[in-house]
Amino acid sequence: MGKFIRLQKGFDINLAGKANLKLSTTSQPETFSIKPTDFHGIYMPKVVVNEGNSVKAGDVLFHDKKNEKIRFTAPVSGEVVEVKRGEKRKLLEVKVLADKTIEHTSFTKYTVSEINSLTRDKAQQQMLESGVWVNLVQRPFGIVADPAETPKSIFVSAFDSHPLAPDYGFLFKGKEQAFQIGLDILKKFTTGQVHVNVHSEREISNVFSQAKGVELNKFSGPHPSGCVGVQIHHIDPVNKGTIVWTINPLGVIQIGRLFLHGIYDASRIVALAGSEVKDPQYYKTYTGASIKKFVENNLKSEHVRYISGNVLTGTRIDKDGHLGFFDHMVTVIPEGDQFEFLGWIKPSAKKLSFGRAWGLFSFLNAKSEFVLDSNTRGEPRAFVQTGVFEKVTPMDILPTYLLKAIIAEDFDDMEALGIYEVIEEDLALCEFVDVSKHHVQEIVREGIDLLVNA
Amino acid sequence: MKFLRDALDKAKHNFEKGGKYNKFFYLFEAIDTFMFTPNTTASEKGVQVRDAVDLKRLMMTVVIAMIPCLVFGIYNVGHQHFLAIGQSAPLGDKIMIGLWQVLPIIIVSYTAGGLAEVVFAIVRKHPINEGFLVTGMLIPLVMPPGIPLWQVAVATIFAVVIAKEAFGGTGMNILNVALTARAFLYFAYPLQISGEVWTYLPDKAQTVAGYSGATPLAIAAQAGTTQGADVVVQLNNFGAGWADNIYSFSNLFFGFMPGCIGETSTLMCLLGALILIATGVGSWKIMVSVFGGAYLMGLFLNFVGGNAFVEMPAHYHLVMGGLAFGAVFMATDPVTAAQTETGKWFYGFLIGVFTVLIRVFNPAYPEGIMLAILLMNVFAPLIDYFVVSANKKRRLQRATV
Repeated sequence: MGKFIRLQKGFDINLAGKANLKLSTTSQPETFSIKPTDFHGIYMPKVVVNEGNSVKAGDVLFHDKKNEKIRFTAPVSGEVVEVKRGEKRKLLEVKVLADKTIEHTSFTKYTVSEINSLTRDKAQQQMLESGVWVNLVQRPFGIVADPAETPKSIFVSAFDSHPLAPDYGFLFKGKEQAFQIGLDILKKFTTGQVHVNVHSEREISNVFSQAKGVELNKFSGPHPSGCVGVQIHHIDPVNKGTIVWTINPLGVIQIGRLFLHGIYDASRIVALAGSEVKDPQYYKTYTGASIKKFVENNLKSEHVRYISGNVLTGTRIDKDGHLGFFDHMVTVIPEGDQFEFLGWIKPSAKKLSFGRAWGLFSFLNAKSEFVLDSNTRGEPRAFVQTGVFEKVTPMDILPTYLLKAIIAEDFDDMEALGIYEVIEEDLALCEFVDVSKHHVQEIVREGIDLLVNA
Repeated sequence: MKFLRDALDKAKHNFEKGGKYNKFFYLFEAIDTFMFTPNTTASEKGVQVRDAVDLKRLMMTVVIAMIPCLVFGIYNVGHQHFLAIGQSAPLGDKIMIGLWQVLPIIIVSYTAGGLAEVVFAIVRKHPINEGFLVTGMLIPLVMPPGIPLWQVAVATIFAVVIAKEAFGGTGMNILNVALTARAFLYFAYPLQISGEVWTYLPDKAQTVAGYSGATPLAIAAQAGTTQGADVVVQLNNFGAGWADNIYSFSNLFFGFMPGCIGETSTLMCLLGALILIATGVGSWKIMVSVFGGAYLMGLFLNFVGGNAFVEMPAHYHLVMGGLAFGAVFMATDPVTAAQTETGKWFYGFLIGVFTVLIRVFNPAYPEGIMLAILLMNVFAPLIDYFVVSANKKRRLQRATV
């Protein structure tokens, strides 16, 4: 039996353009790409393919230079069309032009009983080789899990509370067996429990409710209740010197399918959402898909921002850009690069605000859906308002003090104030509500980098 | 508004790097962002949408919360003036006298402080901060109506420069800026801001028979030094003949009495508090705990006993002097108050306690809220330090479990 944890603090950003629960039949995107920038804690990616090479799904594209075992593999079969580099030859992405039918590199297949008696070492080797390993993220720091470590527990957040987030029940429908096998494999890696966390007020998919051999914990409350960092804080907090791993349900399913079918199956369902999408719905595709085909002729307006992921933690991408490794959704919102006359004092019920300062009447119809653009709505300032970050952080952490410790590069304070317990997404709401418009997530990552590189 | 936008866009290059007025970039920016919210968009990574609130709006909310106090204050200045000279006058005349006295103070405060802000922004190359929107209004509200304008200007500049900009501007200051201005005047020019200055009386104005400009706090302090006196009786008897019941408890609450321009009416302060709490801009924890601290300290003194002031009913402390105004508008300044939620309780409570202590035991200065808040401003980081340490300790203890 798991725990039931009620969270009060937080804020649900209710946006227009939620994806309808239907699967599109549009043809597959042409290109797929893997970006090392989606992963933290890899020292320097070393590319092992050249443009023009052909690869199968599960073939290595690049690996971590410090630890060659950590491989990043092709989600689809096809031809490597571009190895894109930025300044100082920093690797940005490796792009694969997909074949019409996907061929998979074959790995060892196991029966269910064989899986039960499989050793950790053997399982680990196959996971590393196939590339499913990088789904495992280590806390503290949110970096790719180190195969040499043994976490005290493993966390799977089985719901996404971000704005417009896809419905996990829909994404993973019918994947009961693969999910269970994935969990069985993961249990070999930890001395403690594997936690699967669901939201008490949402429909709980069979995939999660029928999972055996795990702790099924229930959470209630607004975002960030779905952030795995918040869940860890309440169930099995990390301190200096202890580690836990986290993994998305999709990663668990990929592990399951790897051992059941002997393939690296990077297929996934992604949601296309946002106020500017004509027909917001789901698409079946593969990891790192180009969004071009999804958004083509499917927009209400021209001047938009494409986001890989959600509006809180996502990354802006181009019209023909590719989805991030961990992203289950594309959000399209209006670009907000317009001036507004006396916009700082004009009353409005259309602008969303967590607070109720003069003229911001969004709280009067909090249930309705809002159209937000990418405007920053003000200029950066010093920290002035107090007590608001705390209201959107359902953890026993003082975000303002933590952020100030990071800015001051005070290592002792950073540690004592909880830098081990957070990554960007856990404090993303602070960035949203911040009156002084700080780049909270950037500051958090700077702090983590300081500690990791110290 | 397109022509305005075009004009600003056209002028902009002059102020940018390499332009001829580059020095005044931040002045231009202030005007620009005041007219139009900027067209900046979220960066590539991180949040892609932002909350609609910004510092300008936050500060304006506080200014709006002060409007009841201001409007009442303007009326009350005129009202007290006519009471003191023993004439009855129509509402319009009272308001005219009030405006005549109050508006110049507001204009001087905003101009002097604004200039100091602009000069600092240009020299120190930082954006002009919105914090002064609030400070510029707070300062007039805690001034006596007859204050010389040059003193307002000097005090405002002193406060902006020494209390704020020297520490790095809005968000970095330790002392409440408006209270620093008042404290400066109190110690530098005590003649104009203490004693019987709380009613506007032009030179050679003939006061009504029996007139006295003593404030309730002065009366209470006086009673404290007299054997067998009773503060409540003295307050109720005050003004007999020319302003009956002016210091009755209900009138102290409604605020038709002499005092600083904006702070006499507890009712109007509570109205402001309502706005601040409803909008979530001011901390209700601080307000409640200031009142609570003052009341409990008053009760405790009643219990101990000693002289008439000590034995004054505790609820009188809440409506006398500037306690309500200080609790609502000064103590809640987020920059100088305690910043942790637990700390806010202690911070406010101690302000209340010290206010009453200073009032009762410091005959030289009956009004205590100003000094109490300034004192607690200094101690707020210490309170936060303990709260933050407790948080760190909790995290550490969890580790060993």
